[in-house]
Amino acid sequence: MSADVLNKPQGAKAWKPRSRDAIAARVALDIPEGAYVNLGIGLPTLVANHLPPGKEIFLHSENGILGMGPAPAKGEEDWDLINAGKQPVTLLAGGAYFHHADSFAMMRGGHLDICVLGAFQVSEKGDLANWHTGAPDAIPAVGGAMDLAVGAKKVFVMMEHLTKSGESKFVAECSYPLTGVGVVSRVYTDLATIDITPGGFAVVDMVEGMSLAELTSLTGLPLKKA
Amino acid sequence: MINKIVNSIAESLADVKDGATVLVGGFGGAGMPNELIDGLIAQGARDLTIVNNNAGNGEIGLAALLKAGQVRKLICSFPRQADSHVFDGLYRAGKVELELVPQGNLAERMRAAGAGIGAFFCPTAYGTDLAKGKETRIINGKPYVLEFPIHGDVALVKAEVGDRWGNLTYRKAARNFGPVIAAAAKCTIAQVYSTVELGGLDPENIITPGIYVQRVVKVARSDTKTLKEAA
Repeated sequence: MSADVLNKPQGAKAWKPRSRDAIAARVALDIPEGAYVNLGIGLPTLVANHLPPGKEIFLHSENGILGMGPAPAKGEEDWDLINAGKQPVTLLAGGAYFHHADSFAMMRGGHLDICVLGAFQVSEKGDLANWHTGAPDAIPAVGGAMDLAVGAKKVFVMMEHLTKSGESKFVAECSYPLTGVGVVSRVYTDLATIDITPGGFAVVDMVEGMSLAELTSLTGLPLKKA
Repeated sequence: MINKIVNSIAESLADVKDGATVLVGGFGGAGMPNELIDGLIAQGARDLTIVNNNAGNGEIGLAALLKAGQVRKLICSFPRQADSHVFDGLYRAGKVELELVPQGNLAERMRAAGAGIGAFFCPTAYGTDLAKGKETRIINGKPYVLEFPIHGDVALVKAEVGDRWGNLTYRKAARNFGPVIAAAAKCTIAQVYSTVELGGLDPENIITPGIYVQRVVKVARSDTKTLKEAA
């Protein structure tokens, strides 16, 4: 055992969680050139900042944009050109505008290669819960989440591995209301990248210093190596 | 001679009746027909069912219509936003009914209305609370939910340029629901920033053909309306 490990106080972790940007960068690694991609609002929006500049990737926005570009310079905002989160964006050369029924036909018709969504919970069967906590006083809002969940060829989820109170977001059955049934392909967290397979959760990679045993204990469900 | 251009917002909305279903274009502030909504507040029709992606922002547009107490029911996909406090208050007080619809179903149900479709099977929301009580069917091994069209009595569209036959073009992502709702209502009213003579619009680039539009009304472009307060 190295001196470094011996010197750590008892119970100290040998690993550091990925930052939100590091999770986004990890997602970006799995997006190939030529992919048509929809990034959900919130955390997934960060992925756009990590797409390699040399690759041509087509970003779709539900409000009728393909070829969405980065945020405009300050003072150049055009409020007729916004993203799903209602923030100003730009259009790349070659980009296109279309109406809402066409935009959702792109999703529901299976034309998008990848969507990246946030989540409250993901189940072993790939069920996704991300739109509603079910709290009686919460105002429900679903937007395009259910359309993306059933429509994109691959559904990537980007989330913290654990809730703020330390409970695993990986579950046997979702306790929050479902967004889609058996739709998730892969989950990217601050601790690991995990595939949904017919045999359960399969670990693609983990943060440095993490062991499969410790990740399994934190996740609370059986994990195997992918 | 056919001239669908009317002289004022008030004239364009004069016959909207109490209890009407009003389809409203816009996604957030982009494409939101704020002048027509202000006109509807002044016109005073009540007990309205409003269909829009959101539930109003700040104190303007849809939020102002809600605040005026003219809305009985809202059909929308994403009512909850940082500045949707007017809706939030009315909803929590039980003063407005909400039908929450996935955004793709909202668009497709209005598209279906405009296209004469009686109903359609759609994969969205299968197995979720938003499909509870709805008919389902397995088609080629995949589960679908039966969805019905949303017809409007009136559609309020924000477009960019129009002509006297009702042909319309839009600007950037302000197009969103405009072309869909234009076809789905008995009476479609479009506010535009400019009008042109027949032939002034490139026929290759007309987005909403005039058959879907009953009235066109010109409004002044107000810079503030394209800025953040409207977003």
